[in-house]
Amino acid sequence: MTISVAMTVNGKSVSGKVEARTLLVQFLREHLGMTGTHVGCDTSQCGACVVHVDGQSVKSCTMLAVQAEGAKVTTIEGLAPSADKLHPMQEAFRDNHALQCGFCTPGMVMSAIDMVKRHNYQLDEATVRRELEGNLCRCTGYHNIVKAILAAAPAMKSAGV
Amino acid sequence: MTSATGIGARVVRTEDKRFLTGTGRYVDDLPLARATYAYFLRSPHAHAKIKSIDISAAEKSPGVVNIFTGKDLVDAKVGGLICGWVVKDKNGEPHKSPPHPVMAVDTVRYVGDTVAMVVANSYDEAKDAAEAIRVDYEVLPAIVDLAKAFDKGAPQVHAEAPGNLIYDWEIGVKADVDAAFAKAAHVTKMDIVNNRLIPNAMEPRAAAAEYDKGTGNYTLWSTSQNPHVLRLILSAFVLGIPEHKLRVIAPDVGGGFGSKIFCYADETMVCWAASRVGRPIKWTAERTESFQTDCHGRDHVTHAELALDKDGKFLALKVETIANMGAYLSTFSTAVPTYLYATLLAGQYTTPLIYANVKAAVTHTAPVDAYRGAGRPEATFVIETIVSKAAAELKMDPAELRRKNFIPAEAFPYQTPVALQYDSGNYPPIIDEAMRIADYAGFEARRAEAKSRGKLRGIGFSSYIEACGLAPSQVIGQLGGGVGQWESAQIKFNPTGNVQVITGSHSHGQGHETTFAQLVHDRLGVPMDQIEVVHGDTSTTTFGMGTYGSRSLAVGGSAIMKATDKIIAKGKKIAAHLMEADVADVVFENGTFKVAGTDKAVPLAQAVFAAYVPHNYPLAEIEPGMDENAFYDPANFVYPAGTQICEVEIDPETGIVEVIAHTAVDDFGNIINPMIVEGQVHGGIVQGVGQALFEGAVYDKNTGQLLSGSFMDYTMPRADNFPSFKLGYKVTPCPHNPLGVKGCGEAGAIAAPAAVMNAVHNALAPIGVKHVEMPATPLNVWQSIQGAQRAAAE
Repeated sequence: MTISVAMTVNGKSVSGKVEARTLLVQFLREHLGMTGTHVGCDTSQCGACVVHVDGQSVKSCTMLAVQAEGAKVTTIEGLAPSADKLHPMQEAFRDNHALQCGFCTPGMVMSAIDMVKRHNYQLDEATVRRELEGNLCRCTGYHNIVKAILAAAPAMKSAGV
Repeated sequence: MTSATGIGARVVRTEDKRFLTGTGRYVDDLPLARATYAYFLRSPHAHAKIKSIDISAAEKSPGVVNIFTGKDLVDAKVGGLICGWVVKDKNGEPHKSPPHPVMAVDTVRYVGDTVAMVVANSYDEAKDAAEAIRVDYEVLPAIVDLAKAFDKGAPQVHAEAPGNLIYDWEIGVKADVDAAFAKAAHVTKMDIVNNRLIPNAMEPRAAAAEYDKGTGNYTLWSTSQNPHVLRLILSAFVLGIPEHKLRVIAPDVGGGFGSKIFCYADETMVCWAASRVGRPIKWTAERTESFQTDCHGRDHVTHAELALDKDGKFLALKVETIANMGAYLSTFSTAVPTYLYATLLAGQYTTPLIYANVKAAVTHTAPVDAYRGAGRPEATFVIETIVSKAAAELKMDPAELRRKNFIPAEAFPYQTPVALQYDSGNYPPIIDEAMRIADYAGFEARRAEAKSRGKLRGIGFSSYIEACGLAPSQVIGQLGGGVGQWESAQIKFNPTGNVQVITGSHSHGQGHETTFAQLVHDRLGVPMDQIEVVHGDTSTTTFGMGTYGSRSLAVGGSAIMKATDKIIAKGKKIAAHLMEADVADVVFENGTFKVAGTDKAVPLAQAVFAAYVPHNYPLAEIEPGMDENAFYDPANFVYPAGTQICEVEIDPETGIVEVIAHTAVDDFGNIINPMIVEGQVHGGIVQGVGQALFEGAVYDKNTGQLLSGSFMDYTMPRADNFPSFKLGYKVTPCPHNPLGVKGCGEAGAIAAPAAVMNAVHNALAPIGVKHVEMPATPLNVWQSIQGAQRAAAE
């Protein structure tokens, strides 16, 4: 049995027919072909699947597609303002070599943006490290991810994003 | 040439944009029309006879396309998975080689062993159907405890490996070492466990395959670190698909750390079944499957003894190790605890006599193979913990004891007693720099201050050596390796002057697309944005050996340099013709051919264009086109070395160990992109500290169940477990490769565990704790403290 679902993803209205058990991440990846959001575990630990739902960061492997009915979803594909300009967080990740294999990166970036906003653009190293509790990276040792987020916070503030 | 983007520059990575915008392409991302999805039914038992498998109900489940079991593979005469390295035991006999069926036929030998493959129209349907497969198991006793694997009466894993022994191997002359021990002024003894680890690259392993009925060609997409090697194994040993009819593509791969080197059952099945199903097949491991079936790492039990003279000079080292192979011998498993381990036991020291005996055991656990460092972390852990223990026993400063025994700079090239010849190095300045950065002189004041807060502070050293840049092919052959270890490169210009750099190595996070482009940019003057690095597809790249053992730059980069030499040589001939000059007078500088002492100049792009549009061209002497390839087989391994210093604080009430500071000073030879190198070191340190403090694969000793089978149960290092790291460099260029480079990918993970554990022991020594095993979890540390307090009270 399938259920109709409709939501806004990266500013575009989308809809589809899903099984009740379809997760939001499956809807994004398999139904919409938006494979930027990754799945790294089956226990909601790794954070590779983080997206924003109505402005809040959510592990999209932990939410059913039908729960996002009517919601505004932003994924990694929807961050950059244009083809040749990145979001300040994406920029900071690149400038600080905060990614290696790139697999955890979409979730890291989405979590980091939410973190900066929740802390009103004011972050210190200990806070960033504590806030990354829900995101695993096996390549970078987190060192440069922390640096990137600390660099992005003021850049986001001055860019007004 | 040096420039803002040439050799030595911190160039931001070319590959980052796609990863940051969600446009990377990993195996699971592939859109394959009419795809089916595979799910593997796996053994829930560590050891059992399969009495029967009933798939009749499952076949009727909605969406099911095909179900395969081990018997189908037997009927189709599919070969078993192979181990590609023959280790000869003490008596010269090759190691025991029990068969490794792709899917179990009559016996399962570890939790996760593959029993059946269900192919359905969707993944969920495949998984639903697998629940309807009825397997009648006769559960048998299992052995998962390595220390008891050789006990009389232990459950036997394979009839072909009596007593669970795969080989009993040795290096060095035991009688000579024993004689040195007899004369020693001091002997330090140690029993240690090198804990079993689960690699956990963030991208789970995945495979997809498609069969073209018209041509008979197979395409396999795999999360592989070495697509050509995977193709070779599948073609020559397992599936019999001719190599030219099998294309293996490893697109963007989300981390490997060794675990994606090997040829696994699941990808083999996906490839094999593609022609039978007649539609593409996709499979991606769930994380639980990764825990159960990715090859694990480490897992040694070791007794070591170090003999010293009255002045603290090392006289001899004796090591006995039991190494766990798991239930089957994975692709390079046999080499890891022998040629990648015992040959490293000299470390940075002049220890004149070394004897090591390694016994490899099979157990009812997942196969064990190379994991970041592969053998070298285990060796470094043995040496660097026993040296610090000796220093503590002799009441010597651990840095002083190390310095006293370092191989002096003037002794290179240095022949160790365990086969390797170190090419270059200068160790004392490295430890000096590490001590300066870590403010070693100020440590006792920090210890006293911590004590005033009720905390135990400790500091630990680890001075590692590694042999990487795998590897000189003939040496590998002499040691039993079944492959060559050269690397290939091709530099293919297009008529408009941009260039593809094709490498046989593979990037799964290491940043080759940037580092390799920097080499070509630096050497040929082509702008960075005109260079594309191509890798990972057997159809578009020359045969290559892939990436592991910190080899890509030292071997693959050297091949690229050889190819640039050929481009320059050909370009000179073309330019000489265009400038009507003698080739001998043509020089190549900053991307332009010139005749010295004149203003004649031909930019490389012009020579390239002339080569593709050869209207004014010396066709009688040289061929058109600008496309050169090269193979590079290294003359020796490369030998990065360094010192890490870790400082910890322990709360004696809770047993929690906090890493306060971690310093790494490395000699990687010349550095192409310092930003990328730092990232490699950071990540390596965290994996090494992870081993020391957090990570451990745990099997239940009675049932053989994997208890640490998810991220809920296996502690992955997290951001708040660490401080920011302090790094430094010393440079002794490698004398035998054209770039003067050594490897940097594994160093962090090789050195860190001993640095951390030496710091833990240093912190706990004042309260009488003698030994803590890895991982030094709060429970382990707390129990060690309680044990010491009980012993003191008695």
